[in-house]
Amino acid sequence: MVQGFAILLICQLIGEVLVHLLSVPIPGSVIGMVVLFIIMVVLGRVPQGLREVSDGLLKCLPLLLVPAGVGLMNHFGVLSHYWVGLLISLFVSTFVTMLVVSLLLKCLSPADKSDQR
Amino acid sequence: MDSWHDVSSFPVLWLVVTLVVFMGAAWLNQKAGKTPFLHPVLVSLSIIIVILKLMEIDYSTYMQGGQYIHFLLGPAVVALAVPLYDNIETVKKLLLPLLLGSFVGAFVAAVSVILIGIWFGFSDQILLSMAPKSVTSPIAIAVAEKIGGFPSLAAGLVLITGAMGCLIAPVVYKLLGITDPSVKGFVLGVGAHAMGTAYAFEYGVIAGAFGGLAMGMTGAFTAFMLPVLIPLLGL
Repeated sequence: MVQGFAILLICQLIGEVLVHLLSVPIPGSVIGMVVLFIIMVVLGRVPQGLREVSDGLLKCLPLLLVPAGVGLMNHFGVLSHYWVGLLISLFVSTFVTMLVVSLLLKCLSPADKSDQR
Repeated sequence: MDSWHDVSSFPVLWLVVTLVVFMGAAWLNQKAGKTPFLHPVLVSLSIIIVILKLMEIDYSTYMQGGQYIHFLLGPAVVALAVPLYDNIETVKKLLLPLLLGSFVGAFVAAVSVILIGIWFGFSDQILLSMAPKSVTSPIAIAVAEKIGGFPSLAAGLVLITGAMGCLIAPVVYKLLGITDPSVKGFVLGVGAHAMGTAYAFEYGVIAGAFGGLAMGMTGAFTAFMLPVLIPLLGL
């Protein structure tokens, strides 16, 4: 368990150091995710102790988002001013995105697969 | 009231409040049949904001406790590699459609929301907070922090997008006649991140797995793509 947590933090550290050295605006944790993925592909397995920690963290992922979300209290001005525009932007963009991706996958995936419901 | 003032600055108080409120919100969501509108995160952050406003506590005081939970987002994002690796056989088999689908999805989601936002005349900081709206919140928060948006506004917009995506997806399937559960799950994961993925499990385990894949890949693509896209869009 300690080992699993150490692996996660080491990957994050590698990511943050890389981001700092290359001064690119990419989150260190996302680079850490890619690093960990490559490590597992090379190893051919999930390292010992990692699974229980990652399962635990991902199970309470929604809880981890709450403190950042509470920060919305500092943006009530923006929200009350622009909420219509924000909602329309999100709605249209999400609709277009889903439409494009669906069309793309429909063209790419073999036709016989569409039978399995 | 001086002693109360002391207590309200204990970090552990806000840790306890966050955990207890979240447990209540999760219970409520369970009772309500897991509707995306009573998402436990949306419900708990609303309740906590009301508590803080009523007690006249500011966000930075709350975060003296909240930061310990917030910190765990970093390792949690790294941990997303594990479910991605678990599905590596599927990834290998469908590498091209998966890569292309999540890449195009990440691109369309970010560019379209920025363009619509520009049309509405939003400030750069709002646009940068909207850009990662289809990405799973831990990544979106980190991305917004990095590119100069408001992380907490990004978190809120991500949650709203997630709830909207669960409503939009069935309409899109109908319009295009999509019945393949893997496509359904994938589209939900690209457009509506973790909330879409959770919803995708309604279409079965395959749909759920594809949703998770799409969520992870779209998140990574968006994080790498936005720093390049943003200067191109003149932000």
